[in-house]
Amino acid sequence: MHPAFSVIFFTVTSGAGYGLISLLSLFQFSHYGIFLDKNTFFITAAVAISLFTMGLISSTFHLANPKNAWRAFMRFRTSWLAREGLLAILFYPLLFLYLYLTYIDFQIENFFLMQFFSFIIFIFAVVIIYCTGMIYACLKTIPQWNTFWTPINYISIGIFLGGLIFFFILDLYNYEVSLYKSYLLFFIVIAFVLKVLYYFNIRTPRHNIGQATNAAIKFKETKVRLLDVGHTGGTFLTDEFGYKVAEKKLFRVKLFSMIGGFLMPFLLIYIHSFIYENLVICFMAIFLAFLGMVAERWLFFAQAKHVVNLYHGSQQV
Amino acid sequence: MRLRLVVDLDKCVGCNACAIACKQWNTSGTSGSLTDYRPYGPDPSGVFFNRIRHYETGLYPESKTVHFPMSCMHCEEAACVTVCPTGASYKREEDGIVLVDPEKCMGCNYCAWACPYGARELDREEGIMKKCTLCVDRIYDENLPEDERKPACVMTCPTTARYFGDFDDPFSDVSIASKKREGQELFPELGYKPVNQYLSPRNKVQINQHQVNEPKQVKKVKDWVNKVVEL
Repeated sequence: MHPAFSVIFFTVTSGAGYGLISLLSLFQFSHYGIFLDKNTFFITAAVAISLFTMGLISSTFHLANPKNAWRAFMRFRTSWLAREGLLAILFYPLLFLYLYLTYIDFQIENFFLMQFFSFIIFIFAVVIIYCTGMIYACLKTIPQWNTFWTPINYISIGIFLGGLIFFFILDLYNYEVSLYKSYLLFFIVIAFVLKVLYYFNIRTPRHNIGQATNAAIKFKETKVRLLDVGHTGGTFLTDEFGYKVAEKKLFRVKLFSMIGGFLMPFLLIYIHSFIYENLVICFMAIFLAFLGMVAERWLFFAQAKHVVNLYHGSQQV
Repeated sequence: MRLRLVVDLDKCVGCNACAIACKQWNTSGTSGSLTDYRPYGPDPSGVFFNRIRHYETGLYPESKTVHFPMSCMHCEEAACVTVCPTGASYKREEDGIVLVDPEKCMGCNYCAWACPYGARELDREEGIMKKCTLCVDRIYDENLPEDERKPACVMTCPTTARYFGDFDDPFSDVSIASKKREGQELFPELGYKPVNQYLSPRNKVQINQHQVNEPKQVKKVKDWVNKVVEL
């Protein structure tokens, strides 16, 4: 699949934004260890909102006819894309109401309402990331996406990125982070393992040229090969689905996304408390993690092979 | 009513006439134009609804070439319709034709991603997804003589390899052809239940190649004569 930068940017930043807001509301819900002051709470919320808003705006850049983008919520009963859009829009008023209630009731006098509301925000944010993943996972035509690991990766990576930013903010305002740090390290490992499981799951091709043609042509015993594709130049389909990258490059990008995106942030966060200038370390971890996750998302597209390639000469996808 | 195309792969000679007729009719049809990019440049490209692929199987002299026209299958479980977020893609209740409403399409390509047959192509200049309409602007046109109310590809096919008709009517061309020759769906594993069908090529008649058994001496003399003549 052709990796469109606007879509890569959208999935990474909106995932991080929703991950951050889900962690924030989870903290408000569980109140374990750290009691955030008002200032930190609202700055974190503002960072999260700007992240996922940037992502959502970026997602409209790949539309060929953006003036109809407002219609994208119509078919929420069948389309994951519409569900994602609709939930993302509904999330704004709900979140603002939540933030307003938190603002007037920061000492949490109305305990149950705030607990309940925090929990709802947490679930809502995770469900939005899940919908983003399902946009890709529901396509039976792209075997590398059509697995339940896809939305799980989206959620775990969104929370991982959000968690790093949250760590940075906590560190910036001099909170005691040692307990949260161990949770974060644990979660980086989880996100990494889930991603490795995804790669393991997609290692073998699912369809071959025989399946794509034999039912109609009925050549059961022998191999079928494409003689001519029926067009001399490139088409929309070859541009969109015929994206080819050298295996070596794929491997290098994968290595970078693994080391730069998971291992380095893990090590940086781990050594964070032993070093005096720890904000810089923290910032580097975020920077590397984002870069690594952009590489990971690029790979997600570049590795995906659409079954229509079987009608353009590929032997298997 | 379930309108469909049935393509006889034994008759199709891969002449591309259906693709050209389709382009010619539809570029000024309801979902036109079918934009061309750089038509006189070094790498011309453009929107087509119908593409003909050519496959080969087996090894010479047992090899066989099959010409394989592919357009929209108007699937019963059309994934392109269910994934469309705007409601621009729809499947008509009355005849099962899958269409795109250009007023609603936002050009997100999602339906093309969901289609395994490559039936949808984005018109990059208009920013709207384009696809086979089964010549909906032709088959219901009462100004045309009745036997011309067929898709352009079916009308033009010089070998009459393409059949068009209502599959719910047991006596239509397509129902009879499909029943007689066991019409096959393309890529049924994905479960989209394509409505269009293909009639698979029948088995070739085996031609036995007889070896001529000449007496050894005669053959030797012939070979020698051939050699001399070649010199």
